[in-house]
Amino acid sequence: MRSYISAYFTDEEDLLRASKTLMEKKILILDVLTPLPVHGLDKVLGLKESKLPTVGFIAGAIGTLFAFGFQTWTFVVDYPLFIGGKPHFSIPSFIPITFEVTVLFAAVAMVFAFLFRSKLGLGAKNKIHDERITDDRFVIIIEANENDEHFNNVKAILEQEAAHEIQLKEHK
Amino acid sequence: MNTNYILSKKTKQVFLSISVIGSLLIALSFLLENPDNKQVWMNVLLNNLYFLFLSLFGALFIALHKIAHSGWHVSLKRIPEALSTFLPYSAALMFLLIFGMHDLYHWSHHDLHDPIIKGKSAYLNLPFFFIRMAVYFAGWIGLSYLLRKNSISQDLSDNYKFHKQGRILAALFMAFFAISSSTMTWDWIMSVDPHWYSTLFGWYVFIGLFVSGIAAFILIIALLKSQGYIDFVNKEHLHDLGKYLFGFSIFWMYLWFFQYMLIWYSHIPEETVYFAQRLNGFPILFFAILVLNFVFPFLALMTRNSKRNIKWLAMVAAVVLIGQWLNIYLMLSPGILGETAQIGLIEIGSACLYLGGFLFVVFNALSKKPLLCKNDPFLEESFHYET
Repeated sequence: MRSYISAYFTDEEDLLRASKTLMEKKILILDVLTPLPVHGLDKVLGLKESKLPTVGFIAGAIGTLFAFGFQTWTFVVDYPLFIGGKPHFSIPSFIPITFEVTVLFAAVAMVFAFLFRSKLGLGAKNKIHDERITDDRFVIIIEANENDEHFNNVKAILEQEAAHEIQLKEHK
Repeated sequence: MNTNYILSKKTKQVFLSISVIGSLLIALSFLLENPDNKQVWMNVLLNNLYFLFLSLFGALFIALHKIAHSGWHVSLKRIPEALSTFLPYSAALMFLLIFGMHDLYHWSHHDLHDPIIKGKSAYLNLPFFFIRMAVYFAGWIGLSYLLRKNSISQDLSDNYKFHKQGRILAALFMAFFAISSSTMTWDWIMSVDPHWYSTLFGWYVFIGLFVSGIAAFILIIALLKSQGYIDFVNKEHLHDLGKYLFGFSIFWMYLWFFQYMLIWYSHIPEETVYFAQRLNGFPILFFAILVLNFVFPFLALMTRNSKRNIKWLAMVAAVVLIGQWLNIYLMLSPGILGETAQIGLIEIGSACLYLGGFLFVVFNALSKKPLLCKNDPFLEESFHYET
């Protein structure tokens, strides 16, 4: 049976320091769960930069082209009307709508990309690891088996770094 | 850590030579191009405004962040404070306009028989113009001097009394600047075309002021860093300044476009004449300004890494500074000189002459006080700041 350590911290400074020590000792951290964004945690864990901005840029560019093209098609090709004596293809009047559609595409695409990558959203069946992580506890999760050398080693480090509580849980 | 800036002889020589080159170009222009009075005064006004804006930005930056309880800017606040020390020189240069009013402002003539200008004469008349000018400079110079003095007094005392006083001064400056920044643009820029008006003009010019100020701020940081100073300014601070430059470039474009679109839509001859003159006479410059001030910084500063790389950021800032100078040029010159105006040696020369003097004043002010302030309650936060 595979199992893991779940170490609880009451303070984000302790969590940061503990993660740093664990990373320095080359101990694999499976996950860190926090109720709020902790500044500097990404850097300590060596996480890769998010690709979400790229999604936003591409979706925004598609939105720009779509809005501009669609307006051009309606106003110039499909149903040309004279409005205020302006030419059919008048760029300034297209720009506000193009801008809004760009923002809409980028924002919506980023939200859905985020939900998709994080396995969240409607119909997601994720179990909350521990209800306290949505309130005031910070958790580090490390792979370990009971009473082997690795477990004792990790436990000693965590205790030294002021872990509030250390539990051993089993993978289900 | 070396926090005392020493204005080396070499740097002084560089600033001096910029001014000397500028003077030579002006002399050459008088020999070759033979500029008339109008063009000479246009250059005085253009550069007065440009460097006044950079220097006003210094005071504005301090006041804005002080009343917003900002922490991140504290370790670099000596640089905007130094920028604001150019204000008295700016005032002296601006009062030179007494001699050039008739060349610059059509409304300043007496025998006009122009009902529109006559209708505006309660505001646009010579005595009131100079009274307003005196009030603006009294307010700006007085409050920015007090803000700088207050920040230096805080260095010497561990009592936070000065910090609290500074917030009151900052609030006063913001209130005064909110009104004067709008009216100064009516006085000095919009009245060049006295028949034309736009209610959005004040904000549009103000955002130009903010963008060019941020760009100048970034360039001064880059210059100081290249000389081995201010190692306490890290990538997080640069990232924030980059975001400012990025965001306010977009906002500048937003205001530019809304001014343009409303005039384009309503199509009233009194209003469209402003853009018609600029689009027909200066088509390349007209669109180049949009590329330099919006398209280029928008694409160049989009990613996170581009804002954290000082060389790249400084390059973008330099482009934006040129773009903003051209922007003021295009606001002034068609109204004063007509559609045949061209950027010649005298424009480049006088910009260089002013630039050398401006840099000397600012860096001289930087060398007078330590680059890092002390005893500010937010200083520690500024060191540990993370975007």
